[in-house]
Amino acid sequence: MPYRYLDEIATADVAFEATGKDLEEVFASAAEATTHVMIEEPERLERKQKVEVRLSNEEADMLLFNFLGELVYYKDAKKLLLRVDEIRITEGDSGYSLEATLSGEELDPKKHPLGADVKAVTLHMFKLERTEEGWKATAILDI
Amino acid sequence: MAQPSALKKVSDTIWELPRSYKTGMLVPARIYATEKLIKEMDDGVFEQVSNVACLPGIVNYAFCMPDGHWGYGFPIGGVAAMDPEKGVISPGGIGFDINCGMRLVRTNLTYDEVKPRLKELVDAMFYRIPSGVGSTGLLRLSHDEFRTMTEEGSRWCLKKGYAWSEDLELTEEQGCFKGAKASKVSQRAVERGFDQVGTLGSGNHYCEIQVAKPENIFDAECARAFGFTLPNQVAVMFHCGSRGFGHQVATDYLQLFLKVMESKYGIKVLDRELACAPFNSPEGQDYFAAMKCAANMAFVNRQVILHLLRQVFSEVFQRSPEDLGMSMVYDVTHNTAKLETHIIKGKPRELLVHRKGATRAYGPGMEGLPAKYSETGQPVIIGGSMETGSYLLAGLATGADAFYTTAHGSGRTMSRHQAKKMYRGTKLQHDMEERGIYVRSVSWGGLAEEAGAAYKQIDEVVEATELAGLSKRVLRLIPIGNIKG
Repeated sequence: MPYRYLDEIATADVAFEATGKDLEEVFASAAEATTHVMIEEPERLERKQKVEVRLSNEEADMLLFNFLGELVYYKDAKKLLLRVDEIRITEGDSGYSLEATLSGEELDPKKHPLGADVKAVTLHMFKLERTEEGWKATAILDI
Repeated sequence: MAQPSALKKVSDTIWELPRSYKTGMLVPARIYATEKLIKEMDDGVFEQVSNVACLPGIVNYAFCMPDGHWGYGFPIGGVAAMDPEKGVISPGGIGFDINCGMRLVRTNLTYDEVKPRLKELVDAMFYRIPSGVGSTGLLRLSHDEFRTMTEEGSRWCLKKGYAWSEDLELTEEQGCFKGAKASKVSQRAVERGFDQVGTLGSGNHYCEIQVAKPENIFDAECARAFGFTLPNQVAVMFHCGSRGFGHQVATDYLQLFLKVMESKYGIKVLDRELACAPFNSPEGQDYFAAMKCAANMAFVNRQVILHLLRQVFSEVFQRSPEDLGMSMVYDVTHNTAKLETHIIKGKPRELLVHRKGATRAYGPGMEGLPAKYSETGQPVIIGGSMETGSYLLAGLATGADAFYTTAHGSGRTMSRHQAKKMYRGTKLQHDMEERGIYVRSVSWGGLAEEAGAAYKQIDEVVEATELAGLSKRVLRLIPIGNIKG
């Protein structure tokens, strides 16, 4: 799940670039980049609780915006930090649909050193684009 | 950082991008800064403030304050006043953290009295006032009670015993944005915030014990009027907002505005984060009413934190908060849009003033100030980095051009990731303790991100606001204890 944080933009917030060979992979990479802002070593999250997410949007980039928004919602509303288990994105006549299974565990600062709270996904410079290798997403998270 | 070649110097503290700088600019953009600050300004500020100048209904100028830096939509430090009939309202001009703001409470304790109990105090604050990612508060509210609270603001706190009546008078808007409608707020927003009342959050949010040293008093008369009468008097300053509730309100309406902006209202913007709706449209009015709910939740959040602080000080010093003189100096919001009357071309006109990372700074005698500050002007609370210090300023009559607005903090110059590469939280805590500042944080990484060197020189920022006639220095506060998310 490749992603990197961008130092050169967004002084007070966190910008990242995530990539993937297909839409599913770039969505999963972007999700991991978002969770990693909130805790160190997201790979140490145990898969204790499962969450099913179903979303649809006319545009693929706004589908990603909604998907990352789910992670932020679960962090506050259910205190859950999540990673992607399975994800499927389909393109139909009315746009894109996503079905995903996310899993993770409740926030526990003793177990998972905390990073910064993600307040929201912003649309400033938000981009999902095709590349030669597949897909690339760029996002700025409000901290 | 390269300045645009079109940037011209209007005065020692005002820099202008003319309308010709970018297609679509309806007014020029003006940045308040000293020569040093303008040279250090992020590239993003020029881009973003000129985007703001393209928004329908903008009056006079799009402004950026001296602490301005790269934001999303508006730059941080961005100010824009819109005609309520022809203009728009934009969540990107207010920020996700609606009514993020500052509160300052003083004590009648001196540094010598606090110093022996400093660690005990900071530790007690750290345990009592939750902070960090997704933290929950001690209040247990039902969703219905939470919704009622968002319409009532600080009055709800008074009813519940979390406020002194004088606190409300000393809060901007008396702690309640009138016209808040909880029916305009999504259930998702309530779910994100109903258990977060009385929590700091993370990032640059903090609660800090500070000292006003005699050599840092710039205007003794004003300082006295603001309640600083003792040498080395101790005060507590804190910074936080509307938590997940406000963040979700902004997210909800950003998406709604994107759907209707172009198709229904024919408005195009240069950055999707500037998504907006006519202020006088059903969508615009719904957002305004929902934004007020989030603003009220933020006032309540800071009021409950003040209540907890009073408990902590009272327990540590075994004296009542009244006896400790724990009165508020003021509470200012720095992420809002408000209807205000300003003089435009010699005539009073009602305008919708967006301030994002910018503080209202009313001059002496203006309506809306507490009676006790009518001669001094509005207290303005400017939070600096946890290592350097903060300021208490006062609004000036000369601030009219900028719709009576000034800076809100020192403004970042270094990205969070860069700061984390350069500093280690544990070492920073140790080094700060050696310098007499005891800091606790739930996140070592978060602490490193807030290192003093990641911020602009606050003295330079504050001086710029004074030279520009936006606000004047009253006193400087230095940190001795801090809790961070």
